[in-house]
Amino acid sequence: MKHIKIRTRTFLQGGIHPPENKSVTYEHSIENLPLPKKAIIPLSQHLGKPALPVVKKGDTVSEGQLIGKKDGNYSSHVHSSITGKVTDIGPYYTASNVKSNCIVIQLEGEIKRMNADKPDWSNLSREQILQRISEAGVVGMGGAAFPTDVKLNVPSDKKVDFFIVNGAECEPYLTCDYRLMMEKPEEIVEGIQIIKKLLNVKKVFFGVELNKRPALEHIAEHLREKDNIELIALKVKYPQGGEKQLIKAILNKEVPSGGLPFDVGAVVSNVATINAVRDAVLFQKPVIERVVTVTGRIVKNPGNYKIRIGTPLSDVIADTGLTEEPAKIILGGPMMGPSVVSLDTPVTKGTSGILFLSEKEEKRVRYNAYRSCIHCAKCLMVCPVSLNPCMLSLQGEFETYDQMTRYDIMDCIECGCCNYVCPSFRPIVQFIKLGKSFLKKKG
Amino acid sequence: MLKTSISPHIHSPQNIEYAMRNVLIAMVPALLASVYFFGVRALWLEIISILTAILAETLMQLLLRKPVTVSDGSAAITGLLVAFNMPPNIPFYVPVVATALGIIVVKQLFGGLGHNIFNPALVGRVFVMFAWLPEMTTWNVPLHPDWIRHFNLFHINLDSITSATPLAVNKLQGMSALVSQFGSKTQLYLQSFLGNTGGCIGETSELAILIGAFYLFSRKVIWPTVPFVYIITVAVLTALMGQDPLFHILSGGLFLGAFFMATDYVTTPMTLSGSLVYAVGLGLLTVILRLKSGLPEGVSFSILLMNGLTPLIDKLIRVRTYGKQSKRGRDHE
Repeated sequence: MKHIKIRTRTFLQGGIHPPENKSVTYEHSIENLPLPKKAIIPLSQHLGKPALPVVKKGDTVSEGQLIGKKDGNYSSHVHSSITGKVTDIGPYYTASNVKSNCIVIQLEGEIKRMNADKPDWSNLSREQILQRISEAGVVGMGGAAFPTDVKLNVPSDKKVDFFIVNGAECEPYLTCDYRLMMEKPEEIVEGIQIIKKLLNVKKVFFGVELNKRPALEHIAEHLREKDNIELIALKVKYPQGGEKQLIKAILNKEVPSGGLPFDVGAVVSNVATINAVRDAVLFQKPVIERVVTVTGRIVKNPGNYKIRIGTPLSDVIADTGLTEEPAKIILGGPMMGPSVVSLDTPVTKGTSGILFLSEKEEKRVRYNAYRSCIHCAKCLMVCPVSLNPCMLSLQGEFETYDQMTRYDIMDCIECGCCNYVCPSFRPIVQFIKLGKSFLKKKG
Repeated sequence: MLKTSISPHIHSPQNIEYAMRNVLIAMVPALLASVYFFGVRALWLEIISILTAILAETLMQLLLRKPVTVSDGSAAITGLLVAFNMPPNIPFYVPVVATALGIIVVKQLFGGLGHNIFNPALVGRVFVMFAWLPEMTTWNVPLHPDWIRHFNLFHINLDSITSATPLAVNKLQGMSALVSQFGSKTQLYLQSFLGNTGGCIGETSELAILIGAFYLFSRKVIWPTVPFVYIITVAVLTALMGQDPLFHILSGGLFLGAFFMATDYVTTPMTLSGSLVYAVGLGLLTVILRLKSGLPEGVSFSILLMNGLTPLIDKLIRVRTYGKQSKRGRDHE
């Protein structure tokens, strides 16, 4: 593999090295979790407006059938993940800990198998490809859940030169992207080619953190010279997989404040999203399942599981088992993932992991008992966007939210590095989130 | 029962206690050196100062109806730093007053740890320096130590002779007098580095201070920028003024101040560029005070003056945010 030069790169400013804890599930290959008896499918699994339900209570739906139609530009379609009967449409707890509308489907009837033939996509036009991605309801699976068809439909006045594949997976504990790269390299490369055609870019960068070296080597074996995909080894540092940090590390460019990656000629997508794009374009397969890392010291059978969208956490626990009562359940990684209040909370398109923390692990973190800022400046050192988190947290503490704009509050990426290092356990990101929502409300 | 909170859900083990505990550990070599050179009396000074600090902090927090946080170790550091800044033969009530003043007025009345503008230990030291000027400027060196008496816990009176500090000799009589006192220049440097000279009990041994400082660097509690820029600035400026730079950096309280007081979290600038301004300012003030004022030493005053400038430095020196063109957020409002 001589044509692949692997260069180690990183963003320079800030970042932290939390314990990786990836070994819990690192070697566990992807397994299917049994179908849930009841799927609670949120109509809002994406950034924009919730989808509009197109089924009624009592309807029979089949696997992959459209049940929620997208509403507006940044919305996305929602499909049934199992075959069964709609038993309820109403508010249920979702990852954001607010009740939002969900369609509940009771499992019943036969499951149809997917068509196994591999069709040719090269004859599809740009519009047809985008149409298929949109119809399959693909959204960003790294966590942000931005509708992928919108992201890949670059406005004609913007020029995109680079496509960046995000295989960094910098959040501790998570290994679902790593397993995907190990087990589906061909599929990912094929997905990259589809997106390359769509964006009409010459150059693709594929960034993987060095703690996933086997994946890097594995992908390298599946690349051909004409693919023009450059593999990039990224230094292990959180938040290496943040869009802005990845662009800085690979292109050495900064996304302008308030701008988007295509302002610097780049589009970034996560490997799981690329895999979903490929399934959508080739097989017209909607997003009804995803790979989720189920992890934590108290999980009996931790691993990387293919889980149907809408599977409630209680079903996941029933299948993977726990050795003790969890004190906290986090959807995603421990740095940015929300913690849930209900065991009925379903897995959604944006759920990359389910992390169970024990009472002991939970007790170590006590942001509720924070103390005065001692101006140690550790937060300034670790902030990947060079903010002054110390001043922001002081303004938040004094509730002088107006002053927070003077410290560029809106540029905060909420990665949580400042919280992680703060010796006074100050809830800095929490103050910033509060300030942001206050300022947004004010307009 | 599930608990919920906003992310992140993990935290680094390095909390306030971690930092303060490590600073205390890093001060042990200097403490041992002080006992070695100045006898058990130095240990008593240190114990009394630490106890005063702990007592003052506890009483003040009880009085102000605040949670008692004396176990975080910051008060003990203040006490030990005050003791390090005392001449060996000082009456015991002097460090008690200095410590109490630092903890009660400079630290607790300003709002406790994190809210003080000035370094509490240094304000205490400077106050007693003027209140007890003769006692604070009488320097003793141990007289042919009788090792058994030297380390006898109850032998609190020092067998010593009065002697001016090297910096004072240099200022009043010149470098040549100092070199003849030590025999040779090499001896002067070596004894200064090891700590076998007159001075405050914790400041004379640069070797002990360096051991502690490198321990702190390795534990990532403090960063080398400020101390080294400070020391280099002093060396360059003294050389430019025609003085012996090596003598100046190895004498007086420069190392103790640079590594243990100029690196205090609360009273120093937060940004890297701010720290550089702060460190160069420290060096400049120290050299001016040492060479052009009536005082032989200027480290304490320099640090206090720069402590006062720290909020201004933090206000003026900003770092450019990712994705912004200019350095100041307010330009974009």
